[in-house]
Amino acid sequence: MIRDITIGQYYPAKSVIHRLDPRAKIVCTLLFLVSLFVQNSLLGYVIATAFLGTVIHLSKVPLKFIVKGLKPILILLLFTVVMNLFLNKGGETLVSFWIFQITENGLRVSVFMAIRLMYLVAGSSIMTFTTTPNALTDGIEKLLYPLNKIKVPVHEVAMMMSIALRFIPILLEETDKIMKAQIARGADLESGNILQRAKAMVPILVPLFVSAFRRANDLAMAMEARCYRGGEGRTKMKPLVYHGRDRVAYVIVLVYLAAVFCVGRFVPFSIWIF
Amino acid sequence: MEMIEAKKLVYEYEKRDEDGNVTGLNRAVDGIDLRISEGSFVAILGHNGSGKSTLAKHLNAILVPTGGTVWVDGKDTKDPKELWNVRQSAGMVFQNPDNQIIGTVVEEDVGFGPENLGVPSEEIWQRVEDSLKAVGMIKYRSHSPNKLSGGQKQRVAIAGVIAMEPKCIVLDEPTAMLDPNGRKEVIRTVERLRKEKNVTVILITHYMEEVIDADEVFVMDGGHIVMHGTPREVFSQVDRLKEIRMDVPQVTMLAEMLRKRGIALPKGILRKEELVEALCRLN
Amino acid sequence: MSIKLEEICYVYSPGTAYEQHALKNVNLEIPNGQFAGIIGHTGSGKSTLIQHLNGLVKATSGRLYYEGKNIYEEGYDLKKLRSQVGLVFQYPEHQLFEVDVLSDVCFGPKNQGLSPEECKKKAVEALHLVGLSEECYGQSPFELSGGQKRRVAIAGVLAMHPKVLVLDEPTAGLDPKGRDEILDQIESLHKKTGMTVILVSHSMEDIAKYVERIIVMNQGEKMLDGSPKEVFSHYQELEQVGLCAPQVTYIMHDLKKRGFQVSTDVTTVEEAAEEIINSLKRERQ
Repeated sequence: MIRDITIGQYYPAKSVIHRLDPRAKIVCTLLFLVSLFVQNSLLGYVIATAFLGTVIHLSKVPLKFIVKGLKPILILLLFTVVMNLFLNKGGETLVSFWIFQITENGLRVSVFMAIRLMYLVAGSSIMTFTTTPNALTDGIEKLLYPLNKIKVPVHEVAMMMSIALRFIPILLEETDKIMKAQIARGADLESGNILQRAKAMVPILVPLFVSAFRRANDLAMAMEARCYRGGEGRTKMKPLVYHGRDRVAYVIVLVYLAAVFCVGRFVPFSIWIF
Repeated sequence: MEMIEAKKLVYEYEKRDEDGNVTGLNRAVDGIDLRISEGSFVAILGHNGSGKSTLAKHLNAILVPTGGTVWVDGKDTKDPKELWNVRQSAGMVFQNPDNQIIGTVVEEDVGFGPENLGVPSEEIWQRVEDSLKAVGMIKYRSHSPNKLSGGQKQRVAIAGVIAMEPKCIVLDEPTAMLDPNGRKEVIRTVERLRKEKNVTVILITHYMEEVIDADEVFVMDGGHIVMHGTPREVFSQVDRLKEIRMDVPQVTMLAEMLRKRGIALPKGILRKEELVEALCRLN
Repeated sequence: MSIKLEEICYVYSPGTAYEQHALKNVNLEIPNGQFAGIIGHTGSGKSTLIQHLNGLVKATSGRLYYEGKNIYEEGYDLKKLRSQVGLVFQYPEHQLFEVDVLSDVCFGPKNQGLSPEECKKKAVEALHLVGLSEECYGQSPFELSGGQKRRVAIAGVLAMHPKVLVLDEPTAGLDPKGRDEILDQIESLHKKTGMTVILVSHSMEDIAKYVERIIVMNQGEKMLDGSPKEVFSHYQELEQVGLCAPQVTYIMHDLKKRGFQVSTDVTTVEEAAEEIINSLKRERQ
């Protein structure tokens, strides 16, 4: 199960999306997320789908990777759909049993909510799939750089993020290994009440923390040995420079956002408009 | 010209009880004198706890002596002004391949050192490319380090050090966690670098097979240097090595056994070809 | 009374892009009391194989019998199996977690539901078996040396009184001293208790010295299976898959080529010395 987590993983490929500046990707992703919330019409979703589809296609990331990334939110998704399905009233009643009623309105809202959620995750995972974690943190560092003036340690935070990203897969694998080893010693991780289960986690968490500290210690030493001394005086192998394609990307996303927004507000289009 | 020189090097650390009170001093390294000349390949051997890793950490100023002095490329490692120069002169590769790779992509990791040194971007790219070629990992430049084998990870770590253009590379048990193929990979890489880049190599290890090509071997035990010489000189003292619980390659062991049984073989045979030749001459 | 694998296959993430056949149609029987070695390079499937032996990993297809019973059958007590087939993972010291050595070793027996006194008794026994001195029992396991930590971890499995002991690279990362100590200890354990021992390693020299049978894994398949002498006589095939025979085997082959009357199925230094001396004597006569 641990192996199934794809969020935050990089998918190496050569595509125009991969080449975009991480800052452009971060800002555009945020704008895309905004676009999902400023409208609520069928046509709007059609445009969003077309946009997302084009981006996924351009990125050369296989669709099934992105679908797999949706797995962890499955429960949240179902919950949202069910809640919206039963709690939204209005419009024609489609199905009714006992105290529950599914209305046209409820169906519509729940479908849209599901799409919104899925697009939200798909949109952000496209960003992480096409951007190396280092580029991502570089992008965040640069975007947040103004905060440095109010004494926010932007470089340090960015470095911490990138190290965390590097070590998450390693620690996940290690957790898997420790769990297996303790099960081999007869540990029971699955039965009992919450308290017993929490107690059963001790033989896993202690070695995991010990290992994390040991790794942190080693890594700090390795970084110092390679002359790391904070952000000052550091150059970048991949400095962030905006290219023509980044400007084009900004323009496209802004046009898309405007289109979705206008459609959602002003186009009188069948019953699907709220 | 001496690349590294140590004079009466001592490193002590405090032993503490559970409440953090000092209960005594431990000498990990005890009065070591050492000279390593530029361009040479030197091996430091010893079992775990012999002080060899503590010594290694002095060569790159991760530790500074509590007594005596270490000079790296003429610079005193105790001098805070020289700290970063020392670290740039003597690059260091560690034991655990996972815990020394910082980047999430191979080439970004190799670029980490030069970035810290403030090298301009275009030059970093050049250095990264050269270093990855030198260790034979250029094919993997855009891969994630997590997907590589142990031997490949160590080669990336070596590339990361070379990219800083050090005069000397210290490898602290780089093969201890690898399988035999990974070990060969790393040792071959180190040999190639030595020939092509003419860097001084200091290899710390407990695998005897890895040091037979070294110019000089130091054997450590209990914080002291107990043996010193060419591999042949050191390996001819099989009994002495066994005493400090070190191993010798199977062929050296076999030759020694035969010698003890009265067969006139020369001392310190290191390679199987030598043994076969020597036995053929007997016939 | 043995472990028997029939047509065991294991596939990672079936049906995805990462699909990978870790084990392909493995047939194997390990009789009680045997000291067997499994070799193979990283990724050959040897670690996956041993995780099948105590049911930690379930085969995608095939059958696994422990003492005649198929462990994949409904209602089979896997917990009991795990206490009978003790598995010591690679770098087992990374699983230590208790405040002192003795409590850590007690973890296994405690999970078996034994009383605190019995747990303690078994833990002390196990610590004796791995040769750890008594002054360590009250110490934190994290303060011990690398070799000592590893013994504590092995004792943690031994305390469960397994009938089969499986060790995955028990010498990884140890120096020659620590390596010899651990392997000697395992050998004497095998002799003293008569338990089945399965040793996974990538060091041919170690394996040749201790085991009576070698199983070679390659790309998820069992490639060779036999006594060390039989297996190492296939040294050329071993090389093709990135493995090799002990150095002395090569020396004997080279000597034979140069006209020495020596047998080539030699796997340890002592045997080689004997062979060479005998051959030289024959020459002189």
